[in-house]
Amino acid sequence: MNAFAGTGTLFRFALRRDRVMLPAWVYALTAATASTAVSFEKLYPDAGSRERLAASLAGDSSLRALYGPLHDATTIGGITAWRMGVFGAALAGLMSILLVVRHTRAEEEDGRLELVRAGAVGHRAPLTAALLTAALADLLLAALVTAALVLLGQGAAGSAAFGLALAACGLVFAAVAAVTAQLAGTGRAANGSACAVLGLAYALRAAGDSAGGGLSLLSPIGWSERVEPFAADRWWVPALAAAFAALLTAAAYALLARRDLGAGLFPSRPGRATGVPALRTPLALAWRLQRGTLYGWCAGFAVGGAVFGGVAKGVLDLVRGNSGVADVLRRIGGRDAVLDAYLSTVLGLLGMLAAVYAVQSVLRLRGEETGGRAEPVLGTAVSRLRWAAGHLLFPLLGSALVLAVGGLAAGLAEAAATGGSSAAAAARLLGAALVQLPAVWLTAAAATALFGLAPGWTPAAWGVLAVFLLIGWLGPVLRFGRWLLDLSPFTHLPHLPGGAFDAEPLLWLTLLAAALTAAGLAGLRRRDLG
Amino acid sequence: MTTAISVSALVKNFGRTRALDGLDLTVAQGEVHGFLGPNGAGKSTTLRVLLGLLRADSGAVRLLGGDPWRDAVALHRRLAYVPGDVTLWRNLSGGEAIDLLGRLRGGLDGARRAALLERFELDPTKKGRSYSKGNRQKVALVAAFASDVELLVLDEPTSGLDPLMEEVFRSCVREERERGRTVLLSSHILSEVEALCDRVSIIRDGRTVETGTLSGLRHLTRTAVDAELAGPPDGLAGLPGVHGLTVDGRRVRCQVDTDHLDALLRALTRAGVRSLTSRPPTLEELFLRHYEAAAPAGAAR
Repeated sequence: MNAFAGTGTLFRFALRRDRVMLPAWVYALTAATASTAVSFEKLYPDAGSRERLAASLAGDSSLRALYGPLHDATTIGGITAWRMGVFGAALAGLMSILLVVRHTRAEEEDGRLELVRAGAVGHRAPLTAALLTAALADLLLAALVTAALVLLGQGAAGSAAFGLALAACGLVFAAVAAVTAQLAGTGRAANGSACAVLGLAYALRAAGDSAGGGLSLLSPIGWSERVEPFAADRWWVPALAAAFAALLTAAAYALLARRDLGAGLFPSRPGRATGVPALRTPLALAWRLQRGTLYGWCAGFAVGGAVFGGVAKGVLDLVRGNSGVADVLRRIGGRDAVLDAYLSTVLGLLGMLAAVYAVQSVLRLRGEETGGRAEPVLGTAVSRLRWAAGHLLFPLLGSALVLAVGGLAAGLAEAAATGGSSAAAAARLLGAALVQLPAVWLTAAAATALFGLAPGWTPAAWGVLAVFLLIGWLGPVLRFGRWLLDLSPFTHLPHLPGGAFDAEPLLWLTLLAAALTAAGLAGLRRRDLG
Repeated sequence: MTTAISVSALVKNFGRTRALDGLDLTVAQGEVHGFLGPNGAGKSTTLRVLLGLLRADSGAVRLLGGDPWRDAVALHRRLAYVPGDVTLWRNLSGGEAIDLLGRLRGGLDGARRAALLERFELDPTKKGRSYSKGNRQKVALVAAFASDVELLVLDEPTSGLDPLMEEVFRSCVREERERGRTVLLSSHILSEVEALCDRVSIIRDGRTVETGTLSGLRHLTRTAVDAELAGPPDGLAGLPGVHGLTVDGRRVRCQVDTDHLDALLRALTRAGVRSLTSRPPTLEELFLRHYEAAAPAGAAR
């Protein structure tokens, strides 16, 4: 077919360009699954210990919000699938989104797709090649996860079901990204809107899992849970997800046929003929460039906070309805303690997400530099420090704003759901959200240090963040060594609400962040640009 | 005459690649200075050092009496820069980019801005992404020419401009010179350099190979001579400074180093001259001599 001419060549070319990124993603996810399974074997070696785990989980809504329900506690595979299922599916989704946008809208935005399409290449070929690349990555992930679990002695059917559950979520989000790549005019916007869908899917799933109800059925991540590997092994669920992905892909093709190369869904409108008087400082420029992203994150945190806060009542009902955990409940401090544990887990999650925003906004500096847009600005009477400071206000204050929005939304929604005082709940959760800031700042400061001292390695900031997230996500359950847990700044934060507030670690984290930022800026002043 | 830019023995390495290898450049105040060289010779690297975007590894660099690395901000108030590859912010209109860059430099002349937009026929309401290469170039040029500065640093500013706009650019540069401003113009377009520049510097492999006025440079090179003689041409081959001699019956063609022109003419008149044309070298020939010398190094890569 003509519309697909050249797909094979582009597919091979995409694989060559992704020869590092794709294996790294697949390997990291497989390794995380395998090491989780190995650790669980040591932690829960017999049926008795696994039963106790299941019993303790039954009353813990905060863990269910994070990881989803445990369907099968009798096998190591079942526990691993519970532990890895939600995050694995979400990460497979993220990997697929990044792969698809990278080869479609981002290429189109940079003008390289124009060169490609001028060859004997059909109009559907680039999108198809991108989707094939993502599908290959997802299926590779499924195969390797299955192989790893089988090698560790788990049942083949359950292992394969788990692998496919992850891949199915990846496929759906590859197709979501295929659609957003048609709608959005830039790679950043395409990634952003696809990730917003992913975030919404995660929030719906978390809300549904912690408070019951059908909310999680609206989420592709929730579908992956419904596979119930090692318990029900529902093979038709991944098949259904794949069919849904095919439907979205058809929609993406239809949109593709309706638009010009380089254009989004909306035609670009003319701008102002002159700059507003305020557009005269590096900060004003940074604000113009970064405000859209900030608005998006604020909106996401408002929705996410409201969803998590709103299900607080469901969390309590679930605990109340389970007489088996009444005892446990009394021991850990009653109704308030359960609610606090849930809310502090949620706020910890928001803190880590805010770190994603902070790193993203620091990396804007590098994007401006390599894109050649820093050069004309620094060719004027603007020092490097002033230029960098304009952008760095966003990780500093923007992440505070994002967290404040999330905390306030969670507090107001919680008060509305449980009938408490709005002002008190809002103030409590606002404070608890802002406590995350020093760890967010430290992550951003690490990115700043890389940018200033080793600019070629700036993207490694994502790696640093990934290490922090993995420690926070796997550390407590896998009982990592103390020194390893201590590497992540998030480990040192007080657990609020409920826990004791301790200002000392916050002070240290802030000081360390300031020192790293200063080192990065000193490096920036000294190095070559461009 | 005071100097606006003086660079001596400038060295800049990128890893193991030596981009600038002892480059010298002197630009006098008030002159339009052409900066020529083949691709990859180090023109943009030199300009970036002059702007303090890159730090020199060794050598002395002075710009408007200051150190471009240390005094970057103060010096940038007094100069305007047009990069070789202009990229604009996709969500800012051209007009906004012009105003922003001008204001960051310390203000721009509104009347001049309006006049320049008209002369360059630039629509300032388009967003950065929808401009063509030539129009992006125009945005940077309007921002530079509308600023009240002493020095203009232009890196291949007319790449992408159509011939009409190229003419507008030339008249803008001439006006700048009349207003006493200094222009450092890196270019590939020899006719442009010939039309605009008082002096030129030619660089190759990160080193300055020629510098001076155009007529001065011509003096250093060979003149092409084409003559028809009355008698057989004898003894021409032995003359010093004669190159590429071809004898076709009584027709003689050769090139001669300018300082040996006199000896050649004497030898020709001894045989009797029927017709004679002699032509000074064009800038192209001047240029090609240096470019071709660079070719073996390129071929070896």
